[in-house]
Order: sequence, then C-alpha cells, then structure tokens
Amino acid sequence: MKLLTLNFLTCAIKTCKTNASSFPLHPRDAELEIQEADVNLPFLKNILPRLMWEELRTICKELGLPDLPPTPPTPTDLISGGNSTDTTEGRTQAEQEPSQTAKDLHRVLLETCIQEGKLVCGCCGHEYAVKEGVANFLLPGHLV
Amino acid sequence: MAVSEAAGLSYEEEHVHEVYEQIASHFSSTRYKPWPIVERFLKEQPNGAIGADVGCGNGKYLAVNKEVFIVGSDRSTNLVKIAQHHKPHDVVVADNLSLPHPPHSFDFAISIAVVHHLSTPARRMEAVKCILDLLRPPQQGVSGSGGKALIYVWALEQKSSRRGWDEGSEQDVMVPWVMTAKKEKVPKKKKKQQKRRGEEGLAQENGEAEKGSEDQKEENSEAPETKPEGDKTFLRYYHLYRKGELEGDIEQAGGVIVESGYEKDNWWAIASLK
Ligand SMILES: [Zn+2]
Repeated sequence: MKLLTLNFLTCAIKTCKTNASSFPLHPRDAELEIQEADVNLPFLKNILPRLMWEELRTICKELGLPDLPPTPPTPTDLISGGNSTDTTEGRTQAEQEPSQTAKDLHRVLLETCIQEGKLVCGCCGHEYAVKEGVANFLLPGHLV
Repeated sequence: MAVSEAAGLSYEEEHVHEVYEQIASHFSSTRYKPWPIVERFLKEQPNGAIGADVGCGNGKYLAVNKEVFIVGSDRSTNLVKIAQHHKPHDVVVADNLSLPHPPHSFDFAISIAVVHHLSTPARRMEAVKCILDLLRPPQQGVSGSGGKALIYVWALEQKSSRRGWDEGSEQDVMVPWVMTAKKEKVPKKKKKQQKRRGEEGLAQENGEAEKGSEDQKEENSEAPETKPEGDKTFLRYYHLYRKGELEGDIEQAGGVIVESGYEKDNWWAIASLK
C-alpha cells in the first residue's frame, strides 16, 4: 500500500469518521518496500492541493522516514530549475523535468509501500492488518 | 443492527462474498473490457482528480485513466490481490457499507455491478448512501460543482439477453457461475466465443454458466455443485433493478441524478450530493 493512499483512508467504523483523531491512521510494526515507478510530474502537481501535509509529515515521522519539509512544495518547486524563471519560460509541460523535490515526493508518496504491519485508529484504537501490501478494513460483526 | 440487517449480511456472506472469493481468478480472466459508459465517465475526469472504486473486483477500471488517482476497494481479498498492480492507483479490502474513507473527500466515485448484490432494499439504499457520502459536496450556489458518482446495476428489463428476464419477472434471483475443471481443454472455437461474451457485458459474461451444456439445472442446484466432469457451479445472489428503481434509491439516499440511462442489460446513473 502506497503512503499516498493513507491520505484518503480513515477508520471504517462510522462513529470514528466524524472524530478528527481518526485521521490519519497510524502505521505500526510496518515493513516498508520501495516499488519503483516512473515519475509523473503533471500528476504530482495535480494532487499537490489534495495532500494533508501535516498528517503526511506525521506518518513519515512515525515510519522513521526522512522529514518532509514543514510546508508543502509549490507546483514550481516540483520543476527542475523552476525558481529561475528564464529557464522555464516558454517550456511546455512535456519538456519540464522533475526537480529533486518532485523526485523525493514521488519516492515517499508513490514508491514507498507498507507491505506488512498494522494501521491503527487514533480514535478507537482498532488495528487494521496490512498483509502482502493490502490493508484489510473488514470489521468484526460487533463493530459493524 | 436490526435482525433483518444481520440476516441480510450473513445471506450475502454465503451467496455473494464467499462465491467471489472462490471464483476470483476465473472470474477475473473473463473481465477485461470496460463498459463504454464507465470508460467515458473515467476519461472525463480532470487530471489529478481523486476517485474511489467501490467494489473494484479485479480492478479492470483502474486501467482506464492513469492521470487520476483511484483508491479501489473490494470485499474479496483474492480479487483485491489481482487488482493490486494498476499504477498509480491503490486498493484495499473493505465492505461497501463500512468504507474506510474520510467523508466528502473524493472528486468522483464508481460502483459497477456491486449494489445489486445487496439483499434487502434498506441495505441497497445504504450502499448508495455510502457511495454518495464519499463525494465532495457542491460549492454553495454552484450547481454541478460537487463530486460525481457513477452507479451501474443489472437490469430486470433484458428480454433480448439469453436470460430473457423482463418487466414482471422475479427481481431477486440466483445466478449460476460455472467454473470448468482445469484439466479440461477449451477448444479453439469456444475460446473465441468466450472472448466475444466478455465484450458483451455482464449478462453475456454470466452466460458463461451455460457454457458446454444447455441443461438448465440452475434452479435447484446447491453451490458449489460438482458435476461429473469436475465443473463447479456457484450461485450468486442478484437483485435485478426495474426501470427507475436505481434513481429512486439515489434520491432516497440524499443524492440528485445528473444523468441516467440503460446500457447493455444494465441501468446506470450519475449522481451527486444535493
Ligand atoms: Zn476507529
């Protein structure tokens, strides 16, 4: 399971969803694996506004990954040479190259996968198992 | 949980979930061509849009648009394992009545050939509500600005299909799935036939059950049943939707219909929150 996916997951128990502490789910005893994928720069730029940055930073800390910067990158930060306007001026999207920031973000969100472990709800404490890269959110009968 | 709800759940456990778990890889090998309405809906989504595929099965719709990000979910672990490898998307095992997503956080959602597997009217309506609750609500005063969900269900009215159901037929049915024994070689001619069925949509694909023999033992056979040749028949529960029924469920669940129609033995509707 990709770390990006944690941005769109919460506890499956209905009463937890309205409680802020149920998001994000907290990885525990996680075994990580890097699954390489091509960098898609427009995709990264497009999902940028959807990222819950503080929560993603927390997850990275909990997983012992290098710290994400305190503030989310801007779309320009993702383009190689994006800060020196003369080089980007007139370039089409297809010609743009991902910056190191983009590559780092891609590695964290789309290549770093939780293969084994648990995801824990900060509200009710329920643990969801992750096995072979798949998180299981089926609830025992009494919690449905 | 109400008694009837608990009964509905355990009924589906036996007549839907357990069956899909067992037929997963065979089922998956027959599901590869997306239906046109679903394909159009997915391709219409702007780049970077965030979606959910509720009841994603083998993940065939995850292959349609790589410029959006979809989190698929299905109750069958075996199907999710097959769906796992569609980049850039991701999949989880979850029940469609207890989805693990923050409410109102998706730009779009699809649920294709899923809601018709729920065995009571209340559970079907709840399933629709769970899908709608994923969507971003519309911005105030801007109609059409909210997230959209595409829901697709099997139709009662399909008299031209090999099953021949139509208005007035029983709406709650058991549909057989025949899994042929592995050792049996499929003659070339049949393979071709199978492929054509796959392209023709759900009804035809389910026609798989009649493969080989035309003896209709569906009515009273228990699942799984072992035929002499080693074929196994599994029965899945379906609720066949009559015209207007899906739209009714959506409105009852607090949604508004954006567009709806009929495609190849199925009713479909695109809906958003009020
Ligand atoms: Zn919880």
